[in-house]
Amino acid sequence: MTDSKYFTTTKKGEIFELKAELNSDKKEKKKEAVKKVIASMTVGKDVSALFPDVVNCMQTDNLELKKLVYLYLMNYAKSQPDMAIMAVNTFVKDCEDLNPLIRALAVRTMGCIRVDKITEYLCEPLRKCLKDEDPYVRKTAAVCVAKLHDINAQLVEDQGFLDTLKDLISDSNPMVVANAVAALSEIAESHPNSNLLDLNPQTINKLLTALNECTEWGQIFILDCLASYLPRDDRESQSICERVTPRLSHANSAVVLSAVKVLMKFMEMLPKDLDYYGTLLKKLAPPLVTLLSAEPELQYVALRNINLIVQKRPEILKHEMKVFFVKYNDPIYVKLEKLDIMIRLASQANIAQVLAELKEYATEVDVDFVRKAVRAIGRCAIKVEQSAERCVSTLLDLIQTKVNYVVQEAIVVIKDIFRKYPNKYESVIATLCENLDSLDEPEARAAMIWIVGEYAERIDNADELLESFLEGFHDESTQVQLQLLTAIVKLFLKKPTETQELVQQVLSLATQDSDNPDLRDRGYIYWRLLSTDPVAAKEVVLAEKPLISEETDLIEPTLLEELICHIGTLASVYHKPPSAFVEGSRGVQHKRLPPRAGSGESTESPDVGQSGPSEAPPAVIPSQGDLLGDLLNLDLAPPTATVPSVQPSMQMGAMDLLGGGLDSLVCSSPAMGAGLGAAPAAMPASLGSAPAVGGGLGDLFDLGGGVGMPTGSYVAPKTVWLLAMKAKGLEISGTFARRGGIIQMDLSLTNKAMSVMTDFAIQFNRNSFGLAPAGPLQVLTPLSPNQTIDVSLPLSTSGPVMKMEPLNNLQVAVKNNIDVFYFSCQYPLSLLFVEDGKMDRQVFLATWKDIPNDNEAQFQIKDIHLNSDVASNKLQGSNIFTIAKRTVEGQDMLYQSVKLTNGIWVLAEMRIQTGNPNYTWMCWRRPHVRECVSQNDSPVIS
Amino acid sequence: MIHSLFLVNASGDIFLEKHWKSVVSRSVCDYFFEALERATEPENVPPVIPTPHHYLINVLRHRIYFVAVIQSEVPPLFVIEFLHRVVDTFQDYFGVCTEAAIKDNVVVVYELLEEMLDNGFPLATESNILKELIKPPTILRTVVNTITGSTNVGEQLPTGQLSVVPWRRTGVKYTNNEAYFDVIEEIDAIIDKSGSTITAEIQGVIDACVKLTGMPDLTLSFMNPRLLDDVSFHPCVRFKRWEAERILSFIPPDGNFRLLSYHVSSQNLVAIPVYVKHNISFREGSSQGRFELTLGPKQTMGKAVESVLVSSQLPRGVLNANLNPSQGTYTFDPVTKLLSWDVGKINPQKLPSLKGSMSLQAGASKPDENPTINIQFKIQQLAISGLKVNRLDMYGEKYKPFKGIKYMTKAGKFQVRT
Repeated sequence: MTDSKYFTTTKKGEIFELKAELNSDKKEKKKEAVKKVIASMTVGKDVSALFPDVVNCMQTDNLELKKLVYLYLMNYAKSQPDMAIMAVNTFVKDCEDLNPLIRALAVRTMGCIRVDKITEYLCEPLRKCLKDEDPYVRKTAAVCVAKLHDINAQLVEDQGFLDTLKDLISDSNPMVVANAVAALSEIAESHPNSNLLDLNPQTINKLLTALNECTEWGQIFILDCLASYLPRDDRESQSICERVTPRLSHANSAVVLSAVKVLMKFMEMLPKDLDYYGTLLKKLAPPLVTLLSAEPELQYVALRNINLIVQKRPEILKHEMKVFFVKYNDPIYVKLEKLDIMIRLASQANIAQVLAELKEYATEVDVDFVRKAVRAIGRCAIKVEQSAERCVSTLLDLIQTKVNYVVQEAIVVIKDIFRKYPNKYESVIATLCENLDSLDEPEARAAMIWIVGEYAERIDNADELLESFLEGFHDESTQVQLQLLTAIVKLFLKKPTETQELVQQVLSLATQDSDNPDLRDRGYIYWRLLSTDPVAAKEVVLAEKPLISEETDLIEPTLLEELICHIGTLASVYHKPPSAFVEGSRGVQHKRLPPRAGSGESTESPDVGQSGPSEAPPAVIPSQGDLLGDLLNLDLAPPTATVPSVQPSMQMGAMDLLGGGLDSLVCSSPAMGAGLGAAPAAMPASLGSAPAVGGGLGDLFDLGGGVGMPTGSYVAPKTVWLLAMKAKGLEISGTFARRGGIIQMDLSLTNKAMSVMTDFAIQFNRNSFGLAPAGPLQVLTPLSPNQTIDVSLPLSTSGPVMKMEPLNNLQVAVKNNIDVFYFSCQYPLSLLFVEDGKMDRQVFLATWKDIPNDNEAQFQIKDIHLNSDVASNKLQGSNIFTIAKRTVEGQDMLYQSVKLTNGIWVLAEMRIQTGNPNYTWMCWRRPHVRECVSQNDSPVIS
Repeated sequence: MIHSLFLVNASGDIFLEKHWKSVVSRSVCDYFFEALERATEPENVPPVIPTPHHYLINVLRHRIYFVAVIQSEVPPLFVIEFLHRVVDTFQDYFGVCTEAAIKDNVVVVYELLEEMLDNGFPLATESNILKELIKPPTILRTVVNTITGSTNVGEQLPTGQLSVVPWRRTGVKYTNNEAYFDVIEEIDAIIDKSGSTITAEIQGVIDACVKLTGMPDLTLSFMNPRLLDDVSFHPCVRFKRWEAERILSFIPPDGNFRLLSYHVSSQNLVAIPVYVKHNISFREGSSQGRFELTLGPKQTMGKAVESVLVSSQLPRGVLNANLNPSQGTYTFDPVTKLLSWDVGKINPQKLPSLKGSMSLQAGASKPDENPTINIQFKIQQLAISGLKVNRLDMYGEKYKPFKGIKYMTKAGKFQVRT
């Protein structure tokens, strides 16, 4: 007699059979039939056709049957809204039942039926239930308010349910309090600024009292709510901490972690010399350690959070290294996290143990784990100076194993060790060179080449080694090519007599045979440096490199602070700010740690100056994905190889060689090296001095207003981009256009010099949308003095991408027989609107709903005398597609979609009222796109 | 809060879905299946999987993946703990938590899930309360229900639901009043090649089975409470009293429950009850390897080490093993390369050993990895940490209960590196 019998089908047709049974007179038969229906529902079969028959069974005093019917209703009411109304009467009646279980059940189920007509009837029963004498009903009703809010937020506000809910925080029953808090927190998530949870010392006191008595789940809600409170002073902070600490001994790990969050946050306010502060630190360690003996999935979440905690307060777990040792049957995701934390906790005191462990891990089976373990050894060497020697010898042992991926990883980290401790471990180079042939991963090859170049004077056959790499130059990845170029130049500067041929070979390979602008530019720079002033070249290329920082992969301090306030959440698992990723949470408020009371320390660096160097804020190397990180990553020994004194100018200097050249426009000093160094300061100025292209909104609008452009996309008139006086007589003006799906850059080149210009070439710097010339600049005839030539350069969007400021900024280099000139211009974003940007209506609707509020931007465009249809047609010409139109109170609302070349969609709503069109732009995914969109759209529309 | 739950079996089929808010299409599980495909072992599926609009949080229990779908920022531990509770409840109700058991009881499962969460908020997760709301299926009850037409859904509001002791129902009656406590300790340890301990810690629990009439108030005291500096209590334990006097004072739930769990960290000296002498070696250029393993007792306070099971993942290059156990039986799976040796009891006079040779692929080079040896064992009547219960007293009721305490030590993750 099991439920599996409900799954058997009969030949007559299941639905037919069930229908008959549901209408049977026998109670027992009815119940069995409903059970069969539910069983079908659970496995995803569609039994919605039975709706009226099932609803008929609702009027019963059999509670099980009632519950089953309710289960069914919740699932299918949405698809049968008219039918669902039939159930309303019974619901309303049940809400008055004598049995609180039935009252609660009715109000609970009604809340789950997401049908507008039903929700209307829900208000009165809900209001009663919120004030019910029975706490079980009240706590159920509290959750119901959150449900209703999800369906119809306005209704909840109008009916004053929010205030009733707030009153429930002071309820006498702790479970009701907990549910009210949970409901309010959920509602608050969609109303970031509503200040629903108005926390004051009185409510906090009530919450703390309820905390001791409610269920484990209630405790989680209350603790999470407490964490958003900002105590008035350190005394209050301490008293809250004291009342929260017992939660650390709870069996439910979620309660423990929420309690840790509250403590970590409020601790920030306690003076460090307070005894209680020390006690609290001690109390935090055991519960965290205990989390690690739980199931692997709990461990994983705990480890991700511990990773944050040890970055913020390493002292808490500094003696607990051993619990992070990896067991061989831990799941891989736990192993990798443990390893990360081991390195963070590594110190002089425990380094011997850690190294022994890491060495053990390096012989395990899992490749990812082994690689990370080898890297970890390198990171230890860099972090704990005393251990460096031991680490290096461990790495050498590992290289001796000849296991391919171990050797490659080892070489990559040894390169970093060389960076950190120059001129100390060069004795191992010989061993490294033995393994040259086995390296097949770009990163390892690049690292090895860097080592050879850096220590060329000590490696007798450095030229042979590098030459061997040169043979397959074009098959190498960019990383290796760049590295090889730099290494050979270094070698040449160190041993100029024997390697002249080699250096010429690599320079010609880089400059003439390569399509890669980065490589070419670097090649040219070296070439010019070497040919003009070898001494300066030596100073630039062989300059002293800044030491690399001790800690890597640290989370940026402000983000860390925010994440500490979100311990235990998804944000803390992903180490991303909460606003960044959960789509449902519209506009999460940024949380900050409270300032410490009673001392002069600033909020930003609360740890400075307390106990020794371990607490000083470490220099941060941003993680990948970040602009700078990206560049560092791409370019192994990045700008250091070419640029002196890079540290202060890292960001700009690293940007590109092109960027460096730009500023020579301004500072008029032709010395390349100096120019590069001074780049950051000069850069913005040079951009500013470029003629205002793309200009302000109104500006362009005026210009555009006069030009009648019935079809096709809008093209702005040409503006001057490069002044003749700054470019030895070459004047360039231009604009951008999109014609037949192809982006074109229209240029007018004017020769205002006295001599003939030839050999034109053009290159773009990396930019936000990866614009790059699709072909060479076609200037076939030499440009004689005072001649102007118009060329159209087709552009592709497959070039390298880097975010620019402003977004649509484009840096261009134009070369002719005289010199290379740099200028920057701004392209209209409408250039990037693709022809297939018409979104499907359904998709549009779904997406529109998903847009977080803070991605929305509004702009007004004045003085356009067009009706909506004309506007829509015009916009279509620029690939802004109208998906839907509706008319509300005399206003025309156009819903539009735009797709950018890089696949970003922009959705917009345009309201047009005669004489005053109000353009509301909502942009999806990337907030920074929207500013440009607004700028660029006004000309298009007119 | 928790939006939906999908149950996925080992072969990757969704066999049950439950939605607490609007219906989420089961296609969302595709992201989970992708992750499943990428994972080398079933255990290696990451617990939190992001998808464009949802997050999937899963746990693997009894070869079933419990996949929860969440849409907004929800503490992942909350979701995981809840999933654990679901698994425990199923096990409690159906004896086992298998696909077959769940399918056989699909309606009860559905009723339970509906009762456990409301709109994604936990409603009733205590098994005592659930059992009052929905009676566990028994053969007898099914028969009775069919005859009398009564239901297995409770008609009354569970008494515990809102009282100050939500974990206990009122009106409990037993003819034999008994309270049993099991102190169970698991040792997690990593022992290195040379036999010295790298790390060792103890996870202890005190599980109770209390069948007492009325509202008994119990106190439990220890000979050496100082050992317990890292403890997690059942909500019934009065924390203040523990802080002040180191005495456990509580009104127990009815039936089986975990009173507390504790952790004795690696900073204390943890006794290691067994040692292993091993010699697993391969010679360069030979297709044979030697395998020798001897087990012996150590620091067991005179208690016998029983139910010993040794397992080891031999290197991939090993084709077969030809071994000779001095006692017990061994198996070697040439596909998974898993060697397991069921030793039984260790006799200190005649130490168990397993010796012989392993054959390697001809011409293959010497394996790089060193196999780790995993050991399981049990020691009755011993808590290896030395924890001892001093006395158990009952207040609030007149009768004299029968009391019992049992100790046991087990191996947790006990690993010996070679």
